[in-house]
Amino acid sequence: MAAFNQQSNPDQRPLTAKIQPDGRALSLKDCEAAGGYRAVRRALGTMAPGDVTQLVKDSGLRGRGGAGFPTGPKWSFVPMGDNAPRPKYLVVNADEMEPGTFKDRLLLEGDPHQLIEGVILAAYAIQADISYIFLRGEYVLAEQRLATAIAEARGAGLIGKNILGTDYSLEVHLHTSAGRYICGEETALINALEGRRANPRSKPPFPQVCGLRGKPTIVNNVETLCNLPHIVNNGTEWFKGLSLTPNGGTKIYGVSGKVKRPGLWELPMGTTARTILEEHAGGMRDGLKLRAIIPGGASTDFLLESQLDVAMDFDTVAKAGSRMGTGTMIVLDDQTCPVGMVHNLMRFFASESCGWCTPCREGLPWVEKILEAMERGEGQPGDLEQLSRHVTALGMGLTYCALAPGAMEPLGSGLKHFRDDFERHIRDKRCGWS
Amino acid sequence: MLTTETKNEILAELAHSETNRMACIEALKIAQREHGWVSDEDLCEVARLLDLTPDEVDGVATFYNLIRRRPVGRNVILLCASVSCWVMGYVQLRARLLQVLGVELGQTTEDGRFTVLENQCLGACDHAPALMINDDLYHDVDPEQLGDILAKYA
Repeated sequence: MAAFNQQSNPDQRPLTAKIQPDGRALSLKDCEAAGGYRAVRRALGTMAPGDVTQLVKDSGLRGRGGAGFPTGPKWSFVPMGDNAPRPKYLVVNADEMEPGTFKDRLLLEGDPHQLIEGVILAAYAIQADISYIFLRGEYVLAEQRLATAIAEARGAGLIGKNILGTDYSLEVHLHTSAGRYICGEETALINALEGRRANPRSKPPFPQVCGLRGKPTIVNNVETLCNLPHIVNNGTEWFKGLSLTPNGGTKIYGVSGKVKRPGLWELPMGTTARTILEEHAGGMRDGLKLRAIIPGGASTDFLLESQLDVAMDFDTVAKAGSRMGTGTMIVLDDQTCPVGMVHNLMRFFASESCGWCTPCREGLPWVEKILEAMERGEGQPGDLEQLSRHVTALGMGLTYCALAPGAMEPLGSGLKHFRDDFERHIRDKRCGWS
Repeated sequence: MLTTETKNEILAELAHSETNRMACIEALKIAQREHGWVSDEDLCEVARLLDLTPDEVDGVATFYNLIRRRPVGRNVILLCASVSCWVMGYVQLRARLLQVLGVELGQTTEDGRFTVLENQCLGACDHAPALMINDDLYHDVDPEQLGDILAKYA
């Protein structure tokens, strides 16, 4: 179980308030005693499905999986009413495979009932009949805890036929993945659920209209759904007030790398990267200096030390030339080779390309080989131009999905910020760091 | 040959699956529990149970990282190669692990005890470097502790 900020006021950190210091998950009984499933009772008892969608729209909640798409508007594309195609699906993206990202693990292991409550609320809003929780296969403890929580909720009539005596019914299934990064892309995830190779699908049609088995489907991230019970219980103004910036709510931020206290903290949205790194992660280990961070998982641009005062929210990080992504940052210190770090990232993306479209399938291994040669001391003049050409050729809009463009974010920004290091590798014919 | 118990487990999965194909990945995972990998023979049996062609099932099996189509040892080590683990000493940990076991990545020890594979991120980034052996996650792994960890697996 990852560490998180237990010392702060639980009202200011709703997503982690029920997570126990000893790492165990609350039973349904204890969870309900602590306020769990109150939002479901309220929504199903007193709100129409459209009211829930409107509330989430008004809250300004944006998806926490990395892209930051507004959640309420995403739901509003789902056909509603008696003539809507059936069954409709609500799919949970719990396939946390972005390197450097470990935030959903905390929510899944620490408070599985909170996720299930969020699932019921989202499913009710779009009038879904079936929900699948798509969980990555390596999260064994999360699988056990979710399976227990689903069984408890079913036993208590919170999921299944006629939930809490209403005419709304929802079946919830847990699917554990067999592992592949591309499954985090929502149309690839849908193919995986259908038992196919997880290649992304062409859009349009969008899943909201034509998704799993050709039916209306919403795919939401774990942290996104975990916000819903609190928005229903406390309202939109409260939710917006949690944040320091116009992007509402809290965010689970994480830090990995050579800091004193790597970990996860639920903090107001818009907390600066510097505050997270220095106050919460305790700053760098003795003798090391921070050189740059990757702010939100492998597929985001490097930010330099001089940019750390950026507020970590969707809009501000984008203005600084990167993306908040998953909000879990990876630290590059001054004793670690930036070329080696970029090489590690490109090795990951090359290996996880699904192979469907040519620029990604052929381009990423090419980039990886150039960087590998550079690290071995076999870099050639012209390599940097070749890498830059890939940054352009694999950019957004030139590939089938966002995997390759995401890969180009750390490569393009790495080439820009660490030019000297790349050039030195080629000139000296060796990596000076190892 | 899959055991009757395995076949029944796959049929049970099929019974509550919306379509046969939707049970494909789970069926492969169930079949894999017998020997840690899925042989051609087992794959054909899965295909028959699901009423899919062997090619369709193999197309799925070869796509996913956690389905193995080649033999593995009694214990499978997934060494996390994520960027966080790389920063925190993945290279040194990998070198020590491969040296202790006398294998390369992807290989199985001669006694059939361990197979070493890479994993792209185990999601234990705040406790890097990390590895998994079967279902057990180890984090903050010091290369010098590897002997003690490996000794737990027969």
